[in-house]
Amino acid sequence: MTDKSMTKVDTSRRNILKGGAAAAVITLAPGVTLRTVEAAVTGPATNAKRWGMLIDANAPSDVWDIAVEACKAEQGWGKDEAHANPTTDPQWIRKVNVKDPKTGAKASLPVMCQHCANPPCVDVCPTGASMKRADGIVLVDKHICIGCRYCMMACPYSCRSFVHEDVHGQRPHMPRGKGTVEACTLCVHRVDKGQQPACVEAISNMGSDAMIFGDLNDPTSEIARAVSKYVTQRIRSDLGVEPGIHYRGI
Amino acid sequence: MRSTSRILSLTILGFAILAFTIGSSIFAAPAQAGEVPMPSPAKAFKGEQCLEPTDVMRRDHMDFLKHQRDETLREGIRGQKYSLNSCIDCHAVTSPDVAGGQVRTLKPFCAQCHAYAAVSIDCFQCHNGAYQPGIGDQSALPADHQAQAMIAALEKQLAKGADK
Amino acid sequence: MAADTTVYKEIDGKGGDYFSLVGWLGLMIAAGLASVYYMEHHGHIVTGMTNAVVWGTPHVFAVFLIVAASGALNIASISSVFGKYHYKPLARLSAVTAIALLAGGLMVLVLDLGRPDRLIVAMTKYNFKSIFAWNIYLYTGFFVIVLAYLWMMMERRMVPHSKKAGLLAFVWRLALTTGTGSIFGFLVARPGYDAAIMAPMFIAMSFSFGLAFFIILVSVTYRASGRPLGDLILFKMRNLLGIFIAAALYFTVAQHLTNLYAAEHAGIEAFILMDGGIYTFLFWVVQIGLGSLFPLALLFNPATGRRCQGIIVASLLVIIGGLAQIYVIIIGGQAFPMPIFPGMEVSSSFFDGVVHSYAPSLPEVVLGLSGVATTLLIIAVAIKYLPLLPTSLSDAKVDPHHAPKD
Repeated sequence: MTDKSMTKVDTSRRNILKGGAAAAVITLAPGVTLRTVEAAVTGPATNAKRWGMLIDANAPSDVWDIAVEACKAEQGWGKDEAHANPTTDPQWIRKVNVKDPKTGAKASLPVMCQHCANPPCVDVCPTGASMKRADGIVLVDKHICIGCRYCMMACPYSCRSFVHEDVHGQRPHMPRGKGTVEACTLCVHRVDKGQQPACVEAISNMGSDAMIFGDLNDPTSEIARAVSKYVTQRIRSDLGVEPGIHYRGI
Repeated sequence: MRSTSRILSLTILGFAILAFTIGSSIFAAPAQAGEVPMPSPAKAFKGEQCLEPTDVMRRDHMDFLKHQRDETLREGIRGQKYSLNSCIDCHAVTSPDVAGGQVRTLKPFCAQCHAYAAVSIDCFQCHNGAYQPGIGDQSALPADHQAQAMIAALEKQLAKGADK
Repeated sequence: MAADTTVYKEIDGKGGDYFSLVGWLGLMIAAGLASVYYMEHHGHIVTGMTNAVVWGTPHVFAVFLIVAASGALNIASISSVFGKYHYKPLARLSAVTAIALLAGGLMVLVLDLGRPDRLIVAMTKYNFKSIFAWNIYLYTGFFVIVLAYLWMMMERRMVPHSKKAGLLAFVWRLALTTGTGSIFGFLVARPGYDAAIMAPMFIAMSFSFGLAFFIILVSVTYRASGRPLGDLILFKMRNLLGIFIAAALYFTVAQHLTNLYAAEHAGIEAFILMDGGIYTFLFWVVQIGLGSLFPLALLFNPATGRRCQGIIVASLLVIIGGLAQIYVIIIGGQAFPMPIFPGMEVSSSFFDGVVHSYAPSLPEVVLGLSGVATTLLIIAVAIKYLPLLPTSLSDAKVDPHHAPKD
C-alpha cells in the first residue's frame, strides 16, 4: 500500500516540476496557476517545528472558562453526552484552581494535554494508537485504539478521557466514538491550516495575550521570544516528560 | 500418542469455543433469512464523475481511504485527493429511512453494498456521516498552502537529488 | 529421581454432580458474556469506572487470575526444575491449572476493552516500547510453552526432555509475572505505583495465590472423585504456602517502609494505611489480617494445620486477601489524587485533588466471576478427558520411603 501511494505522490510531484523550476518560482507568490495541479497538499509534519503554548496564570481566571467553551464548541465534546455525568463525561481542557496551603496564594490555569516530548501515554500504548507527530503534537489514532485505558493510567496530567457512551453530532474534523480514548489535539486540524488553536484564538479575540501559541523552534516566533524572556514552568517538570505547554505565574 | 492427540484436540476445542463465545458476543448481528437483494446504492448528490472510474472506486475505495487516513492523522499530510469528507460532500443524500429525510448522510450510499458483501465497517461509530456545510471545502486551507506545498515538494525533490 | 510409577487417570465425570458443576459454570460464563454485551452496547457508562478510576473490578479479577496462573505452575516447576519428586504426580494438573487461570484472566481483560472487536488490532499492531505489548507475547508464549511442557510430561517418549521444558516454563513464568507487575511499576506519574518492587512483589504474590488456588483444587477434586489424598503431599504444600505468604508479606512491608521513608510519598501512605476508608480496611483487615497473618496462624498451628479443612480455609483466606491486595493496588492507586501540583491544594471540574470514588457495578463483578468460571470449566473438562490426576496421592504413593507420621 505504501508503494502505491509513493507512486501517486511521485507522479504529482513530477506534475509540479513539469513546468520547471522557473514556473515554480513565478507561482510561489500568487499561487493561482497551481489550483489545477493535484498537489494542494500540505505536510508532512516535520520535527523542524515544535508546537507549544505559553499560558499566563496571572490572567483573570474567567478567561479560562472562555478557553474551555471555545474548545467544546470547536471539537464538539461536552455538549451531547446523554447522561451528563461529571465523572464519565470527557474534558479535553479544564480550569484548575491551585492554592498554596501555606501562604494562601491562589492561581487558576487551564490544563489540557501537555503535548510532551517524551509522552508516557505513547510509551505505554500497546498498539501505537497513542502517538506523537513529528512536530510534537500528541494524538490518539482512534482507528487503532482498543480502549485499554493504559494511557489514562500513565498520563501525569489526567488529561485524557474515555468515551463512556455513544456520541452523536461529531464535527467533520473531529471524529469521536464510544470505547476509545480522546484528548486535546492542539487543534491539529486548525494548526495544519496555519490557524491558532480554538482556545488561543478565543482568548486573543478578547484582546488578551494570556495564551500564546506557536513554534518553539522558531526563534523569531512570539512564543519563542516570550519563553526566552521570562522564566516559565512546566507542570511536573520533575518527570522529565518535557511538555510543550509552558506556564507563567504558578 | 493418545495423550498427544487429546491435548491437541482439547486445546484447539478450547480456543475455538473461546473464540466463538467472544466473537459471538461482539459480532452478534441478526441473521437475515431469504435472498439478499442486489444493492442499488443511492446516486450522488452532486457530480457525475467520482475521483476514479466507478469500478476502481468500488474495488479500491477502502485502500484509498485507509491509506490516506494514516497519512493525514499520523504524518500530518493534508489536502490529498481522497477523504471521507469529500465522500460525504458528494455522496451524502437524504433518505426517508434516515432521520426522516431531514439530513444528507452516507448511509443510503454505503449501507446496501456493505450489507450485500457482508463487510461491516466501523467508520461511522466515530465519523459523522452527515453532510455539514463546508465539509468538502478545500478553500478552508490557508491562502499560501499551495505555495507551501510547492516548497515542500521542491525541497523533497532536491533532497532526493542530493541523495543520488 | 525415582522412576515415575504414578498411574494417571481421567476422572469419571458421569455423575450428576459433575454435570451440574459444568452447568453452573456454563451459566456463569453466559452471564459474564451477557454483561459484556450490556457493557459494550451502552458503553462503560454502565460500569463503576470513570475517567479517574479507569481500571476497575474486571482488572482486579484479571490481574489476580493472571498472577495466580504463573503461581499455579510452581508445583510442576518444583518437581522438574528443583527435582522435588514428591510434587511430580501433581505436575500435570499444575500445568493445566496454570493455562486455565491465564485463559480466564485474559478473557476478562480482553472483554473489558473499550473496543474488544478490535482484538485483532492488538494482535497485529505493536508498540514495542509498551509493557502491554510485551505482555501479549509473554502471555501467548506462556500458553505455548506450558502446553508443550504438559505434552512432554504426558508423552512417554518426551519425558526425558520435560525437564528442559520445565526450566523454560519456569523462567518464562518469572518473566510473565515481572511483566504483569511492571504494568504498574512503570507508571511513573502515580505515587501508588512507580516502583521497581512491583515486579518481585507480584512474583511473591503469584507464588502465594497460585498455590492457594491449587491446594483447594486438589483437595476438592480428590474428595469429589473419591481418590485418596494423603497428608504428606498436603502438608508439604501447606509448608510451602506458609513460606509464600510470608514472602508476599515481606515485599508488602518493604514497599510501604520504603514509601514511608520518603516524605514525597507521605500522602499515598497515609491514604492506604490510615485514612483511605475502604482501602485502609481492605489493606489491614483483609489483606494483612485475614489474608496473611490469620492463614499463617492456621497453617502452623497444629490444631488446624494438620487438618485438611484448616488448610483449605487458610488457602481460601489467602485468595480473598489476594483479591483485596490487588484491589488496593489497582483501585486504591487510582483513587488517590494525581499530584499534578505537588504540595498545592488543587480543585477543578475534573475532580483534581480529591479522592476519586469507585463502586463496582454488577456487570463488572459478573464479568470478573465469569473469568473464574472459565478457569474452573477448563480444568473440569481437562481432568475428565485427559489423564492428569494420579489415581492416588496417598502417602505411600507419593513417597515409598516415607515413614508414617509427618
